[in-house]
Order: sequence, then C-alpha cells, then structure tokens
Amino acid sequence: MDAFLFQALNGFASASGLFFVGAGLSLIFGVSRIVNSAHGSLYMLGLYFAWTISQYMGGALGFWGGIVLAAMAVAGLGALIEVSLLRRIYHVPQLFQLLATFGLMLVINDVALGLWGAEDLLGPRAPGLSGFVTIFGRRLPQYDLFLIVVGPLVLVALHLLLARSRFGRLIRAATQDREMLGALGVNQALLFTAVFALGSFLAGLGGALQLAREPASLSLDLAVISEAFVVVVIGGMGSITGAFVAAVLIAQIKALCIAIGVVSIGELTINFSQLTLVAEFVVMAAVLVVRPYGLFGRPQGAVRSAGDAADMPLRPAGRPLLVAATALALALLSLPLLEARFPYALIVGTDVLIAVVFATSLHFIMGPGGMHSFGHAAYFGLGAYGAALAVKWLALPLGAALLCAPLAALAGALLFGWFAVRLSGIYLAMLTLAFAQIVWSIAFQWEEVTGGSNGLLGIWPPSPFDNRAAYYLLTLAVAVVAVIVLRRLLFAPFGYALRAGRDSPLRAGAIGIDVRRMQWLGFALSGLVCGLAGGLFVFAKGSISPEAIGVGRSIDGIVMVLLGGIQSLIGPIVGAGVYSLLQDMVMRQTDYWRALLGGVILLIVLLFPGGIAGALARWTQTPAGASR
Amino acid sequence: MTTLKIRHLTKLFGGVRAVDDVSFSVRSGEFLALIGPNGAGKSTCFNMINGQLAPNAGDIRFSGRSIVGLPPRAIFRMGVGRTFQIAATFASMTVLENVQMGLISHAAQLFGLWRPARVLHREPAIELLRQVGMADAADRACRELAYGDVKRVELAIALANAPRLLLMDEPTAGMAPRERNDLIALVKQLVVERNMAVLFTEHSMDVVFAHADRVIVLARGKLIADGAVAAIRDDPQVQEVYFGTGKTFSRRTAGHQAPRPCTDQSSPSPP
Repeated sequence: MDAFLFQALNGFASASGLFFVGAGLSLIFGVSRIVNSAHGSLYMLGLYFAWTISQYMGGALGFWGGIVLAAMAVAGLGALIEVSLLRRIYHVPQLFQLLATFGLMLVINDVALGLWGAEDLLGPRAPGLSGFVTIFGRRLPQYDLFLIVVGPLVLVALHLLLARSRFGRLIRAATQDREMLGALGVNQALLFTAVFALGSFLAGLGGALQLAREPASLSLDLAVISEAFVVVVIGGMGSITGAFVAAVLIAQIKALCIAIGVVSIGELTINFSQLTLVAEFVVMAAVLVVRPYGLFGRPQGAVRSAGDAADMPLRPAGRPLLVAATALALALLSLPLLEARFPYALIVGTDVLIAVVFATSLHFIMGPGGMHSFGHAAYFGLGAYGAALAVKWLALPLGAALLCAPLAALAGALLFGWFAVRLSGIYLAMLTLAFAQIVWSIAFQWEEVTGGSNGLLGIWPPSPFDNRAAYYLLTLAVAVVAVIVLRRLLFAPFGYALRAGRDSPLRAGAIGIDVRRMQWLGFALSGLVCGLAGGLFVFAKGSISPEAIGVGRSIDGIVMVLLGGIQSLIGPIVGAGVYSLLQDMVMRQTDYWRALLGGVILLIVLLFPGGIAGALARWTQTPAGASR
Repeated sequence: MTTLKIRHLTKLFGGVRAVDDVSFSVRSGEFLALIGPNGAGKSTCFNMINGQLAPNAGDIRFSGRSIVGLPPRAIFRMGVGRTFQIAATFASMTVLENVQMGLISHAAQLFGLWRPARVLHREPAIELLRQVGMADAADRACRELAYGDVKRVELAIALANAPRLLLMDEPTAGMAPRERNDLIALVKQLVVERNMAVLFTEHSMDVVFAHADRVIVLARGKLIADGAVAAIRDDPQVQEVYFGTGKTFSRRTAGHQAPRPCTDQSSPSPP
C-alpha cells in the first residue's frame, strides 16, 4: 500500500510539468485555434536555457534565477514566433497549422543540436531543496514536494488571471468568439501575441523546473508534446482546469502502472511498468469516445474565416495524363536496365514506390475522406509487423506473408477506425496519433514477440525475388495495382459518397448516406492498402523496427500528401516521389536533416498550400480539375 | 390521404420552448405553407420531421408510421425529400453529379466500388435538372453557382428519391421575385402531377398566398392558425403577429402588386 501512495506522490510531482505545458497549449488553442506542435520544443528550450544560465551564474541565484529567466526567455521567443510565423498561418486550414508548427519543432530541435550538442545535459541539485524527506518508508526528494505544491499554485494564479484581470477577460472572450471580439475593437494581434507569450512562458517554466529532476535532452520535444496532446485532449481543448485534472490523471495512471509492476496471471506475465505509454493513450481514447470534446471541453465555436478550400470536381483522366502515366510506367519498368551503372537506383526506386503506396492510401482518407489522420504509421506498422511475424513465427512464404500485411492492417483499421470516425477535426487527428502511439509502444515493449527496440531482422524475400531487380519489379506491380484500385474506388459511387460526407454531412444524411459507415469503410480500405506498403517495406529492408513505424512515419506521409497537393489525385504520387527522393539524396547526407525537413514543411505551408500539383495546375493556366 | 401527421410536437432548447405542442397534418397532393416570423420555430419543426433533431415530446407519423428518433437517412429511405434553409449541396461535385448522388443512393448503389459513378443514372438526373431549369449548368462545379441556382440544384437532389413528402425550408431565399414565383409554380405543378405532399416555409407572402393550398402559422413555437389562404389573411391573430395591430394584408390579388411585407427578410446572404 505504501508503495502505491509513494508512487502517487511521484505522480503529482510529474503532473506539474505536464500541467504547465498542457495549460499553455490549451490557452493558445483557445484563443488562436492553433494547435502548437512546437510546444514541446519550448519546454525543451526552457530546460536548456535554465541549464546554461545555471552553469554560467552558478549557486542558488543561478539555479532559481535561471529558472525564471529561462521561462521569460522562452516567452520572448514565443512572441517572436507568433509575430514572424503564426500570424501568416491563422487563416490556413488547421491541418496546415499543425504541420507548420511541427516543422518549427524540427527546426528548433536542430538549432538545439547545434547549440548544445547531442549529449544529455544534467543540471545541478536544487540549492536549499537538495535533501530528502521520508514518506511512506521511502525517501522523496524535497524538490519533488516543491513541484507538487507549485502545480496547484500556478493553477490558482492562472485562474485569478483569467477571472479577475482585463487580460483574462479578453482571453475568455476570444475563446468564445474571437470574430466578435475583433468587431468590438479589441486589438487582436496584440492579444494573440500576448497569449502565445504567456503559453510559451508556461511551457518554458515547466521545462526549466525539471532542471534538478531530469537531464536536458533533444528527445524531450516529441516526448513532451505527445503527452501534452494527451493532456489537453483529455482535459478538453481550451480548459485550464481540464489540463490540470488530465495531467494529474495521466501522471497517476503512469505511477499506478509502475507501482503495480510485474503481475502474473496464470501463464501470462504482464509487466505493467512497461505499459505506461499504452496506458495513457488508452485512457485518452476512452475519454474521447465517451466525451468527444474532453472532460472539461465544449464544442468549439465555429471559426468563420478559416476553412478548407473545396476541391474541384473529379475529371476522368484525359489523354495527357494517360500518356504521362504510361510513359512513367515504362520508365519505371526499364529502371532495372540501369542497375549496372547505378546500383543504388533500384533501392531508391523501391523506396519511392513504397512511399507512393503509403501516401496514396493516406490521401484517400485525408483528401476525399476529409479525415486528417496523424497516425497513418499505425497501419504501415501493422502491415510490416504482420508480414514479418508471419515469416518469423509461421514461416509463411512471401506471397502469404504479403497477404498477411494488408489483413493485419485492415483489422487494426477496422478497430481504430470505428472510434476515429466518431470524431472530426483536431480531435480526430489526436486520436489517430494516439492509436499510432499504441501500436508503436506495443512493438517497442512486447519484446518476446516483436523483438523490442531491435525489431525483427533477417526477413529477406525468397527466390525468385531475392535480387534487387526482381523485388523492385514486384513492388512496382503492387504499387501500380494499388494506385489504380484506389483511384477507381474514388470514381465509383463509394468514393463519391465519401466525398459527399466530407462536403456536406447534412445533405449526405438527407439523401440517405450513412456518413460514418462510409468513413469507416474508407478508413479500413486505406489501412488495408497502407498495410501493403508496410509489408513491401519489410522485405525491401530485410527488417522492421519500432523506429520505422514511429510518429516520423506518419508525418512523412502527411508531408508527402501536402507537398504533392491534397486536392489532386496525382498529388500524393508526385509528393511521395519528390519527398522520398529528397530524403534519400539530400537528407541522408546531413546531420541537420530535421531542419531541412522543417524548412520544406514551412515552405509548403507558407508558399505552396496547393502543393506541387496545385502549383503546376495554376502555372499551366488550366483549371485545377483538368490535370487530375 | 394523410401523408404526414404531427401531434403535440415539442422541442425545448434549455428553457426555450422552440416548438410548443404543435399539431397539424399534410395530405398527399397538398401544398402546405408554414409561415411565421423569424424565430417562430419553423426550421426546428423541419429538423424534427427530417430527423436532424429529436423532439422532446410528441409524435410524427409519415404514412402512418412513427418516424420519431429515426436518422435522416432512414427518413429519406421512406420517401421524404428535403431542402435546407441554407442550401446544402456537394461543393466539390458537378451539378449533375449532385443529382446523381441522390439517384445512386435511392437505387441503393452507394457501396458500388468499381463502376464509375458518373455513368450511373445520367438521363434521369438530367431530366430532374431540366425540370428545375438547371440542365444547361449540368457540368459546372456546384461551388461556382449563384446562390439562387444552388437552391434549384438542391431541389433537384431532393426530388431524386421521388418523395411522397417534400420539405422545403425557404426554397426561394436568395432569388429574385420573378424567380421565386417561377420556382414555387414549378413545385406546385409537381404537387399536382405526382400527388406529392409539400410542406414549405416562405417569407414572401405574395408567393404564399398565390400558390399555397393551405397555410399554418407559427409564432413563438405555438401554432396560432391553420386554414385556407383567405382565412389566414384575415385572421387578426396572424395580422398581429406580423404587424402588430391596426394593419392588414392587402386584399388585392396576391402574387401581383400586393405589398411585400416580409420580402426583405427573406434573403439571407449566401454562406
């Protein structure tokens, strides 16, 4: 029992940091409707700043002063980001905003890499609070007690700020109806900057306060932002109290998992302390299904200005497209002839083709389906592991293993999709992300079956596909079929019904379309094809590991789709081609590939929201529909 | 024959009785106008009949079967068509495809995965567009149309399941006076030809008085009058709701030079 209580105290201590980030994220979202993916980076920078200041100044002043100065520096940086970047993207669709701030996160990560290096940096003990207190028969650091107190104090302070001050009143008004507030003559630009600075301050403070608790590390941004997403989604976007309750809930559930430890039920041994990641995402999924807007959230007031640009009608492929597609197919078919000269060409070619299948399947639900999945890696991973496990454990031949891939992904997509189609917008994105994280953590933590972080190795295609050219041609055949089938589906009544549900759920319902069921089926089909890409990937690389199915994979997919142009059916193909070539040829050459990728993302969002296909269509002066 | 029978229908939004114990019926072949000032509860009534909202109390019977609690798609399958106050069409499709979607759904072909949708039901779709005067725009993107034309396309979609009951929420909003008259005359003709029941709301009194078979009047959620056009025009309670006391509707032949007391309210800006 004491162990549980002690872990509960630990949980409260970790909840503080989580609450600060979540509260900042929530505040910013409430006012500006921007989901700031770079909020974890601000947390990370807070910690790095505090570390640097404490190193230079030293002593108690360096430590405590460093924490405050670091938080203020992050606030200043936040204001700078708001003025220079976010102001340009308030009017673009939410998906682009999420992606732009994600790009920012990548850039910040590489800047931190350049400034502080790749090694973890451990801060000093807290002067004056370096001792321990004995509670429940164990020693709890005094600093943890301090953190337990700071969390609620900041909550009260924020409450007073929001409830009593003029600034707080403006924030609350903007959260409810920002257009109205603007119409009343409030300087919105200033308000948005101030709120972003406040949110950044909280994130920076949350990070800086960890100085005596955990080392500054470059992996913090992603880890923190995924947890912060979970916190704000459970608590309800825009609710500070919700963020606090959710932070405590998440931290307590993790503490509980650790306290339970290893449990044996008959033959089965479950190590709960390894399930912390899965646990928090399961809680989030459960909350979203019961309360789609989080525990304390309310449906967002409609944002009148923003909105996805509507697609143009689909046109069947005209002669130019057919000619181009045939020429491309022939060129790809003859690629093996170049093997002697460019041995690397077939590897890159296979990579590109797999990326095309992956991106096309993602575009299927993102574009025509209108469901912005941030977790497409889940189905890629299920397919990859499905095929790999079929070979490892069932010793199935290549054909059967490649069949297992889409089936495994289909099963996952049916399950996850059932939940996902009940949500929309940003909540849908978060939920799909959560599901992808669950798949990832299972692959990572279920070592006996999946090989843990090493993954499964030595899965090469058997003869006659055991040479690069043959496997490339197999991949090409599968990719061509997959792309044609998905395209055909979009022109069929089902594809139209899917778009109908996206264009106007009201009208779709009134003419007898079961929008959710259409979305569910679309989700499942997309997962199925995506799983195929995962299966192809395993045999191309000879292995699969959790690293290959992480958040990065999901983001890659989104970047491909947007780079190519989400409103065009050839967009994902162009995007996947360009992006994976870029990845293979440029990004592998540099340590700073994240900054490069981030830069590409920002470029897309700021300059080419229509993607390459959109830009081409405009450039050739034909209506956007004609080039499909 | 009674197509739609509504008994004691009530909808509360918090403490507001948006629709308060309303009862009325529509017979097949009847062109029934539902009028009332803004906020009277007209659209709420439509949304309950069509399944977008669930009533707090009361019963809605369509062809003798209760449809309370059914989703819109099930009500469509029973033979109810609907147009919305703010037209709802599929912006990323052509005008023709919009109507084809209605026909495809009516033919239960939504889960077709192979044959292209654009080859299905082309002729009937064009015929429906011809009826509403939009056949020339068949291949244009719906998002490019003027709002009045979008409303016409929406009517064609709503007719795709050959409905026995058509619900039209302000079908002529955004149209010029001449267009209004033409559209309502067209619907009136369909009512006669197909023996279809139509319930519609309309702010333009001359249109209502010229074409409706019967008029029911809502005010603050309550049904205050139900009767023939002439009776409604002379009803003091209705006059009071619209004008306060002391004024009357013009008695000149409606549809021509009668003053249009409410036309200026009836043009919400396109979305």
